Amino acid sequence: MLTFTLRRLLLSIPTLLAISLVIFLILELAPGDPVASMPLTIPPEVREKIRESLGLGAPFHVRYLLWLKAFFVTEPLHALDALLGTDFAAGSQRILSFQSRSPVFDIIAERLPQTLTVVGMAYLIGVLIAVPIGIISAYRQYSWFDQIGTLIAMLGYSVPTFFTGVLLIVVFSVHLGWFPSIYDTTLVVDSWDSFLLQVRQMTLPVAVLALYNAAQISRFMRASMLDNLHQDYVRTARAKGMGERVVVFVHVLRNSMIPVVTVVALGVPGVFGGAIITEQVFKVNGLGQLLITAIYGNDVPMVQTLTFIFAILIVLFNLVADVLYGLLDPRIRYD
Amino acid sequence: MAEPSAAPAAAPLVSVRDLKVHFPILSGVFRRRTGAVRAVDGVSFDIAAGETLGLVGESGCGKSTTGRAMLRLVEPTAGTVRIGDDDITTAPPGHLRRLRPAMQMVFQDPQASLNPRMTVMDIIAEPLDEHTRLSRAEKRDKVLDLMDAVGLSADFAGRYPHAFSGGQRQRIGIARALALNPRFIVCDEPIAALDVSIQAQVVNLLEDLQARFGLTYLFISHDLSMVRHIADRVAVMYLGHIVEIAPRDDLFAAPLHPYTEALLSAVPEHDPAAEATRQRIILTGDVPSPARPPAGCAFSTRCPKVQPVCRTTAPATVVTAPGRAVACHLVAGPAAAGSVGAS
Repeated sequence: MLTFTLRRLLLSIPTLLAISLVIFLILELAPGDPVASMPLTIPPEVREKIRESLGLGAPFHVRYLLWLKAFFVTEPLHALDALLGTDFAAGSQRILSFQSRSPVFDIIAERLPQTLTVVGMAYLIGVLIAVPIGIISAYRQYSWFDQIGTLIAMLGYSVPTFFTGVLLIVVFSVHLGWFPSIYDTTLVVDSWDSFLLQVRQMTLPVAVLALYNAAQISRFMRASMLDNLHQDYVRTARAKGMGERVVVFVHVLRNSMIPVVTVVALGVPGVFGGAIITEQVFKVNGLGQLLITAIYGNDVPMVQTLTFIFAILIVLFNLVADVLYGLLDPRIRYD
Repeated sequence: MAEPSAAPAAAPLVSVRDLKVHFPILSGVFRRRTGAVRAVDGVSFDIAAGETLGLVGESGCGKSTTGRAMLRLVEPTAGTVRIGDDDITTAPPGHLRRLRPAMQMVFQDPQASLNPRMTVMDIIAEPLDEHTRLSRAEKRDKVLDLMDAVGLSADFAGRYPHAFSGGQRQRIGIARALALNPRFIVCDEPIAALDVSIQAQVVNLLEDLQARFGLTYLFISHDLSMVRHIADRVAVMYLGHIVEIAPRDDLFAAPLHPYTEALLSAVPEHDPAAEATRQRIILTGDVPSPARPPAGCAFSTRCPKVQPVCRTTAPATVVTAPGRAVACHLVAGPAAAGSVGAS
């Protein structure tokens, strides 16, 4: 298993390099000019100067290699300096945002907590709701519980989040006034009251995203449980005289979790990617919102860096899913 | 088989009376019940302690369902099953679970019937956790004893089922069934999924264990030569009914029911001379659907000796000799024996 993991990690290096080049080339080919949104009164020669100061004067392969160096050498050194108080990076060029001229990683570090609390919580709650619903739906297939669960899963899966989000705002913020419609990032949680406020402002975006996640995962859970419930070894367990609790939770559930765990692991990069639409609806200034404004502003370093981080996470969690598979299923051995 | 294998002893260990298993057919938008598959339709027999009853018939005749319904692994629709003094069919779930140790099953597919995520040790020890209060060390000893009894090396205890061959997996299944010292074991085609060379080993193992632990078997199979080898008495099933039940030697020497005749005629002879003269009775047509069984005798649509009465009236089961019963209009009871050509 260790050799497998190391091998896969080594193999992922060329994969990621190829991905970074593809991202860079796509952004290079995309139309758009970072200085286009600046006032028209700026004379063309000044514009050219600004463009050069952003580093756009160099040919694309030079810019690509500079970005690679900054991403893999300078930024980790800066992170090390910040952690240990050392001075390895010593004023080397970091990746700067075109829009704000501040380091991309500083901005990401500011935005990450919002995304993780809202989207991460929604994912966690989604999974926690989905697993029991899936188990009960499968165990009582075609019961009322199963039918209603199927209906809600269909709704959650097929109705887009920008609709459910706005619907919840209209009902719970406008008419009932229970929850705020805008997420306040400046809120500092330092007391019981501010904690309650934080919970209240998280409720609506988390509910929207949790419904979507739960709809998906509960279907997987149900299908996987149904697959296993009719297996012969379940009849064997009943013939042994095991109680229903043991039959369902030890025999069926443990075997059913294998595909579900994979699906859940593969969904984790999506949490870091943020929920672009839902963050936009509730004005949560997380990573999804950061990416969309960077795209609007032709902020190439920001888009390039964010997209590449998502790519790393996706490759990494694919590996995590494979390793989990090996741990959960004794039939799968990677050596 | 030294003991006389005719009529079961006075008090049979297992007695099945008029067992029926009907599966509902649900159809339409609202999944209403529109009919029933009569998988088992009124089956009665007894099995004496220490005896092996072979249950034979072609695919889909209800053999496996009978075996499962006897252990309440599927819910019977009607009828009673008694094992010893306990009524299995009416036992509430909690009570039924306490009865499980006495009755076990060896399943057909040794691959699918073992939980892929449990080691052999876990699989065999799990019923001990549930039904006994043995210490950890005692359980371990018991599991290793059982593995030894079925011919598995103790080194394999920590392995998962996928690491074994089909025959070894079936041995695991047998050890698992033996763990609680059952009195009665349903062997549901235990050898059907195995190679011929392995089949003999497993059947011999089952016979050895029967002698050693005094087990009673219901041996379900479609392999007549294997049934001839292991069974004391044989019951022949067709479309949810038992058409003939008789001591093994009597049945193989002189089958009474036309279906049994046809079935036995399909068994190849090992002697080439006999094989050359073997007269096969080829049945035409397919087995009727158990959802729409024919009126009268279930076999009437394919019977080579069919009479008009067969198509209208279901034959009663008549006892022709002690321990021998047939359900056929062509066979009369012992009083009128000889009046109708009883082949």
